[in-house]
Amino acid sequence: MKKITTALDLRRVQEDLKKNFDPSKKLVTICAGTGCRGYGCINVKEALEAELQKQNMDVEVRATGCFGFCEKGPLVVVHPEKIFYQQVKIKDVPDIVSKTVASGEILEKLLYRDPFTKETVLKEEEVPFYKKQHRLVFGQNGLIDPTRIEDYLIIGGYSALAKALTEMTPEGVIDEVKKAGLRGRGGGGFPAGVKWESCRRAHGAPKYVIGNGDEGDPGAYMDRSLMEGNPHSVLEGMIIGAYAIGASEGYIYVRNEYPLAVLHLTLAIAAAKEAGLLGKNILGTDFSFDIHINKGGGAFVCGESSALFASIEGRAGEPRAKYIHAVEKGLWDKPTCLNNVETWANVPIIINQGAETYASVGTEGSKGTKIFSLVGKINNTGLVEVPMGITLREIVYDMGGGIPNGRKFKAVQTGGPSGGCIPERLLDLPVDFDKLTEVGSMMGSGGMIVMDDRSCMVDVAKYFLAFLQEESCGKCVPCREGVRRMREILEDICAGRGKEGDVELLEHISTGVADGSLCALGGSAPNPVLSTIRYFREEYDAHIRDHRCPAGVCKALITYSVNAEKCTGCGMCVKVCPVQAATGEKKKPHSINNDLCTRCGACIESCKFDAITVE
Amino acid sequence: MVNLIIDGKNVTVPKDTMVLEAARSAGVNIPTLCAHEAISRSGSCRLCVVEVKKGHRTRIVTSCLYPVEEGLIVDTRSERVQNVRRLVLELLLARCPKSDVLQKLALDLGVDPHPRFVPDTDKGKCILCRSCVRVCEEVVGVSAIGMSSRGSHKTVGPPFKEASSVCIGCGACVYVCPTGHIVMQSTGDKRKIWRRTFKMQACEKCGKYFAPVDQLKFISKKTGTPYKELAVCTECR
Repeated sequence: MKKITTALDLRRVQEDLKKNFDPSKKLVTICAGTGCRGYGCINVKEALEAELQKQNMDVEVRATGCFGFCEKGPLVVVHPEKIFYQQVKIKDVPDIVSKTVASGEILEKLLYRDPFTKETVLKEEEVPFYKKQHRLVFGQNGLIDPTRIEDYLIIGGYSALAKALTEMTPEGVIDEVKKAGLRGRGGGGFPAGVKWESCRRAHGAPKYVIGNGDEGDPGAYMDRSLMEGNPHSVLEGMIIGAYAIGASEGYIYVRNEYPLAVLHLTLAIAAAKEAGLLGKNILGTDFSFDIHINKGGGAFVCGESSALFASIEGRAGEPRAKYIHAVEKGLWDKPTCLNNVETWANVPIIINQGAETYASVGTEGSKGTKIFSLVGKINNTGLVEVPMGITLREIVYDMGGGIPNGRKFKAVQTGGPSGGCIPERLLDLPVDFDKLTEVGSMMGSGGMIVMDDRSCMVDVAKYFLAFLQEESCGKCVPCREGVRRMREILEDICAGRGKEGDVELLEHISTGVADGSLCALGGSAPNPVLSTIRYFREEYDAHIRDHRCPAGVCKALITYSVNAEKCTGCGMCVKVCPVQAATGEKKKPHSINNDLCTRCGACIESCKFDAITVE
Repeated sequence: MVNLIIDGKNVTVPKDTMVLEAARSAGVNIPTLCAHEAISRSGSCRLCVVEVKKGHRTRIVTSCLYPVEEGLIVDTRSERVQNVRRLVLELLLARCPKSDVLQKLALDLGVDPHPRFVPDTDKGKCILCRSCVRVCEEVVGVSAIGMSSRGSHKTVGPPFKEASSVCIGCGACVYVCPTGHIVMQSTGDKRKIWRRTFKMQACEKCGKYFAPVDQLKFISKKTGTPYKELAVCTECR
């Protein structure tokens, strides 16, 4: 791409690109996020291209960023009608091309069918999963090929940068971000503008800006999808931030397990440099700024800012005390402003829309939108971008489509391993930074794990503590030793070795670990335990006093039996049981030998008659 | 100079002093394990936590790393502080049940081993405070030992647990270790440490074995002092 030398030039380039882009022209977009790639969307894309060629049709097939509705991938949209097809397979391709692309004929079987009304839905925005979303940051993902800067420029990309550089002072940019009320999307929720201002005022050079893409919460993948799907939006935000702060160099810290994100960011940086939007004298101004990619090795703790700095500096990722803030002494002891990649992607929107419009979405203390990854026992797994203040119920039921297999909702875990479990009675809680903290959880980076009545809350707490024990860097005593001891106690409780007083002991350790740990990983590590004790104390007591796991999860405390009335003697459980514990004659009620049974659950899953009881 | 209040006492100390030193200068003793004057601070043992109040905000900080601030109110013995210290000691006693240093500290602070924690048998007396690693890197300048693994699997020692080729056998790590975990055996003309055996230099005047040859060679190379001049023990020099 030709180098863009002025803001006016940028507008010209955008308009030229728009001229060549006819919105009434036929186009097929296919979601090519990592989720859909897992379903084989690249094969579908190739099949679409081959079929179009075979039928002599000159139509572009565009592999775009993640659409978010991962449950139903691969996802295909036929433009200009915007017909939304889901779970598309290679065998569907000839019909899509010869019918829908050629003549606009709709293939009913590929449309989304509402599981409740049983009616089909034609367009993406009419699908209940999308209806209540407010896709400010994520909305462009489905339109652009993230490997082409031209696609980003057509939708007005880098206009915010041009506006900031030519029409606004650095202080003006900071003011706008402050007025917009943007808070850090990585979990802390610190006001971004305030951080930028402190960093601008700090003495020392060079100054650094960092995009934190070290997403590591179990079940969370919104940052990945953002970096993969719209990398230029992250870059643009960082460049604007660097201008406001007075930084000359930036890093994006992205985990190496995200190869597609690394690739797309690398391509985006190269393209932005070639176009004169990154590097020396951006858009012909005095402002120069460069971004490097730093690939992380996968340690969860490296998402913590001071550990992240250590990792970039080439040392082991261990946090340090932050009594002197990173905005003064961060990376290489220089003033550093670190924000999550989602935070950065919000910046161009603020500059384009203006703070007032941006702040019109959200609650008093939390403005704008937040992307959540909705996973676990939920019908519609995927990424949802919602206005702050929406209720958990709307997310779980309206977008998520409720709990599969008619099970009952039990809790939703937000905020990753540092967050907490929120029970059913708080489902009408408006989701924002402060409200989630009030109920003992946190916003975190946006993971939302839904649990049904078959989830044991002690087991859940044990899982998160085991995760944190593995991921603790081991530097300070409360986190390294305390989290480990908590996990041991939880393991004892789940194995029927719990003792009277264990819950109180867990609370004692929790207070000490939260107060005494060096960084936020240890500081928030007790949250999964404290929140489950707070809302599900009776489950702890059932494990400890009655040696009973009410949810039927903890293997040492449960037995399997066959309900003779329901059992038809079909033999499925006998077939799937890996240890020959299930036995019985055909057409007669079977039985399970609990001495042999390992409680793997294979028989439960295979039984079509719900005849296996767990007690 | 900065004025602050520590446990009700008015204290005036130079700017950039850490709360730990400010407290000590006022005769307030704060227990520590990993703060050592010879090395930089890691804040890893967490025994020196104190509660600080600034405006309306109260929080727990590590006194060895927290610089004094004008008007700061420090409480070194609040309930929250003692709760953290108690837990840290309980956890360390379970990790290193044989450490006499920890036992003494526990006795002083009135902490008993927690019956619910199964004591470790494989950690020796190491509390992973990193003092040895820091002295080797910052003072000696060889980085013969370091940390490996993460979290509760973390250990200290030479790379790959093999005999280190850069260790000079100086024993600085033994000197700074707060719990006496690192074993150094010196007998006759041999010294054993970190799986390596070093040849000792006999003093050219009194004949006493006083330092490993490798250490003297290292100093000679680093300072440009001829080896011969170094081959005399400090007493005879």
